[in-house]
Amino acid sequence: MIKFESVSFTHLGGTTVLSDVSLEIAPGELLAIVGANGAGKTTLAKHTNGLLKPTRGIVTVFDLDTRKASVAELSRHVGIVFQNADHQLFSETVEDEIVFGLRNLGFDDDVVKKRLEWALSFFELNRYRNVAPLLLSGGEKKRLCIACVLAWDPEAIILDEPTVGQDYAQKEKLEQMIRMLLTRGRSVIVVSHDIEFVWSLQPRVIVMAGGRILADGLADQIFTNTDLLEKANVRRPHLVELSELIDPKPEKPFHTVHDALHWIVHQLRR
Amino acid sequence: MSLIEFIDYSFSYIGSDKPVLDQINLKIESGEVVILAGPTGCGKSTLLRSINGLIPQMYPGKRSGSVFIDGLDVTTTPMSKIAEKVGFVFQNPENQIFMFSVERDIAFALENLAMPRKEIRERVSWAMDLLHITDLAEKAPHELSDGQKQRVAIAGVLAMKPSVLVMDEPTSLLDPKTASALVTTVKHLHDSLDITVIIVEHRLEILASLATRILIMEGGEIMLDGPPREVLSKREAQVAGIGIPVITRVYTLLKESGLTLPVVPLAPRELAELLSVRSFD
Repeated sequence: MIKFESVSFTHLGGTTVLSDVSLEIAPGELLAIVGANGAGKTTLAKHTNGLLKPTRGIVTVFDLDTRKASVAELSRHVGIVFQNADHQLFSETVEDEIVFGLRNLGFDDDVVKKRLEWALSFFELNRYRNVAPLLLSGGEKKRLCIACVLAWDPEAIILDEPTVGQDYAQKEKLEQMIRMLLTRGRSVIVVSHDIEFVWSLQPRVIVMAGGRILADGLADQIFTNTDLLEKANVRRPHLVELSELIDPKPEKPFHTVHDALHWIVHQLRR
Repeated sequence: MSLIEFIDYSFSYIGSDKPVLDQINLKIESGEVVILAGPTGCGKSTLLRSINGLIPQMYPGKRSGSVFIDGLDVTTTPMSKIAEKVGFVFQNPENQIFMFSVERDIAFALENLAMPRKEIRERVSWAMDLLHITDLAEKAPHELSDGQKQRVAIAGVLAMKPSVLVMDEPTSLLDPKTASALVTTVKHLHDSLDITVIIVEHRLEILASLATRILIMEGGEIMLDGPPREVLSKREAQVAGIGIPVITRVYTLLKESGLTLPVVPLAPRELAELLSVRSFD
């Protein structure tokens, strides 16, 4: 369980980036955080493993107060995959990169080996095993970053802009991976501008603006609230927009392209 | 000769025996807006690097065939010369912002070209205005959010007034509203400056309507090439695993159910309008 209680964060220079944020994320829960650039999404994410400590309020991560626990200790529980892959990669080979975190966390050699093989094959990185991470394409680097974090199987995973550089096939795979993590009781937080991807996940959604949480609800409620989205500079998913423009309107917005197809075909046959 | 021309061009990076680009023949004319799509690792970024001379001048490897920009052979023309023709906005803006303030960063390349002060000032404020970052002029790069950094990088490139603007996933770090604003900006640039634009993008729903042409790459080859509506509604495009806009996917599903609309829609409004008049072929 990750818990934010009236958390505020102010930079040394005096800029307040988070204001009075309260939030609970349960095991097995999927949460998406959306909002404009500079809304405080990444700052919020950085509070979950102690990289940033609240200037006011308390963040508790699996019963550890992040002000008192070390980042290393918190990282066992929470794995963050940053937006910018280049900030996260530094080893000489893809294999070393994945092994690094596992060894740091003190896993036995046989576990390290097993987790490494799993990560390489799941993320289709086997053929790059001995390649330098910096030679990978943008999308491959991002996948490697996710692989490195999932390799040690943290209880909560924060994915900051996970679809950047990912093609459609990889996005589908990412979605499957997220569902798999949820069935195993892991909490997943996705920070993303990729509204179509967020919509396909149908998660609980938090809308942020100016360091505050403007709304917290199900995707259906959030993405049909035009005023709210306008305020937060977030656009509607295309399927929601279609649901509202089409005549007659469906009772609830289309979640998938197949929902749209069935509705249209059904209306035409009437 | 076309503005950009690839002739039987192949390239493989050092340490890799497989060509990343395989016998590419491609012509891009002045004024086109081209989207380059395809699965990760298909050779998109390599193709871009071959346009601005980073390949082979910075990334060595095995190469055959040739690439010309505005008649200049990319392999033998100094990169500084190519940089005046081709403005490149990288996927990661941090790779191209390094001065102490936004204003200085945008002015950097212009100062290097020894442009008169007055013109530098004009172009910097023109570019900042275009990207809505005038209020950030005095800020240091580390004070900016990723989206702001990206806008600064774009402004820096546009200030050079290049004839080709190349962007590698320009919307990936921008929030949706800012991304839409970028689309408007690119459209405005294209219309008013007649600039040629080449964009690598996965989120086609944002940019497809802007493009005059889409190229889909796979395994180092150009697999499909044509107007967006035509390319995106092809079976091969769907199989290639690129991000076909959801609305176009609904069109394809309708077609497979025997309901063919006269136009391939890219946006919700287009599909809703086509359905409201119930016109099927």
